Amino acid sequence: MAGEAQIVVQGVNHTYRPSHGRVVKALSDVSLEVHPREFVALLGPSGCGKSTLLYLVGGFLPTERGRITVEGKPVVAPGPDRGIVFQHFALFPWKTVRGNILYGLERQGLPRPEREKRAQDFINMVGLRGFEESYPSQLSGGMKQRTAIARTLAFDPNILLMDEPFGALDAQTRSLMQTELLSIWNRTPKTVIFVTHDVQEAVYLAGRVAVMSARPGKIKAIVDIKLDKSDPGLLRSKEFVEKTDEIWNLVRDEAIKAQGTVTT
Amino acid sequence: MQTAIRYLPLLLLALGWEVTARLHLVDSSALPSLTSVGAAWVDLIRDGELIDNGAASIYRAAAGLALAIVVGGGLGMAMARVKLLDLFVNPLVELFYPLPKSALIPVTVLWLGFGNGSKILLIFLGCMIPVTIGAYNGARGSDHALIWSARSMGAGRLRMMWDVIMPSALPEILNGIRTALALAFILLVSSELIVSQSGFGYLIGYLGSTGAYEGMYAVVLTVALLGFGADRFYQLLMQRLLRWRE
Repeated sequence: MAGEAQIVVQGVNHTYRPSHGRVVKALSDVSLEVHPREFVALLGPSGCGKSTLLYLVGGFLPTERGRITVEGKPVVAPGPDRGIVFQHFALFPWKTVRGNILYGLERQGLPRPEREKRAQDFINMVGLRGFEESYPSQLSGGMKQRTAIARTLAFDPNILLMDEPFGALDAQTRSLMQTELLSIWNRTPKTVIFVTHDVQEAVYLAGRVAVMSARPGKIKAIVDIKLDKSDPGLLRSKEFVEKTDEIWNLVRDEAIKAQGTVTT
Repeated sequence: MQTAIRYLPLLLLALGWEVTARLHLVDSSALPSLTSVGAAWVDLIRDGELIDNGAASIYRAAAGLALAIVVGGGLGMAMARVKLLDLFVNPLVELFYPLPKSALIPVTVLWLGFGNGSKILLIFLGCMIPVTIGAYNGARGSDHALIWSARSMGAGRLRMMWDVIMPSALPEILNGIRTALALAFILLVSSELIVSQSGFGYLIGYLGSTGAYEGMYAVVLTVALLGFGADRFYQLLMQRLLRWRE
């Protein structure tokens, strides 16, 4: 890929040392480069450290060993250049849909009329018109995640970090949301790091898939996906099925290994 | 209709009281009839005694409680977020928790005298404990994904405390305040009974010692109704503040 990498992860290790319970080595010597406007999926079995890697890039966890830079600057803390979307939405339950989406805009210090307009634009974009004054507890899972995505897109981060964002949704909603995300990404090209354990989802959404090995997490392979995402028959095409198989073969061994380590 | 049924036991109690007193089933100085208590209440309102003493009491309770909410809420949330503070303060809270706060009545008088200061300090100390514990537990339970979300949207650490930790802890803080509210009444009246020249407790003690038992009962009932009213009002406020929950 041409040009400078936007996100550089170099030789990163991470170990969880909880005050109770056992020490877990989550990441071991992970390196990865992500270019501007690229859509990269981090794929691997549960417990392989893919979310940990995402949190490190987000600046939510301290980098212990190795180096992470975003646009040349080392990551030391969270910042509005890196928006995050969580599996369980992480909406402020005491704020309405509008209040949630306005929050980031308030923190960015946008003048009131501009924030109101921007919030409404994003509410419309994710199809939540009419639900502006609803609280998260009154929304379905899909609507919650659309709110969360709108909240993150609204303050316009260059980088979108997505932590299994569709993992808590039912199959139909999930498939609709995937299509929606791709179309949003095509309209407002941002760099996306997307964590998932779903091979199909990774192949469907990403331009590159980084396959991670079981604990301690390492990047086992990086696979380029060169598919025409606008093809409506993509999911049934031969190329798609072959890519999915290829990556599934890489993941399967790790999934089996991961299962084994759970019981030890 | 439902409200009527709910308050039926109270009505029966009042009726039973009146009948017992009228038939002189017990000594009339120990239990004056409810109607004579009502008459004494009207007199106490007319000559301003109940109003003046009530105002003094409400001021003390409100000031002590308000201080407890601000200091206790802040301390509890800070303890949940700052490990060093937790290590330092938690043992003190645990030590202070089981202490009957009324034992501090003479101590607060020794420090601040017989006036408002000692009552406010006592109520503040007693009420701070449940608020601190509520804020601490509530803040510890706040979802790290919410904290991270706020931080990534540009909230600094202090801002995040106010925007995320406080509302996350709010249900438990509000429960703590409810306990504190009841405690405030207890501490208020008991301290005024023992050492005071004004307030509900003083008035109860004074009327009792001068044999004005109708008046004494009238003040006791006033305090009971005020406490009940405050709690009902507080519950409505809580529902309103927490309406974002299902």
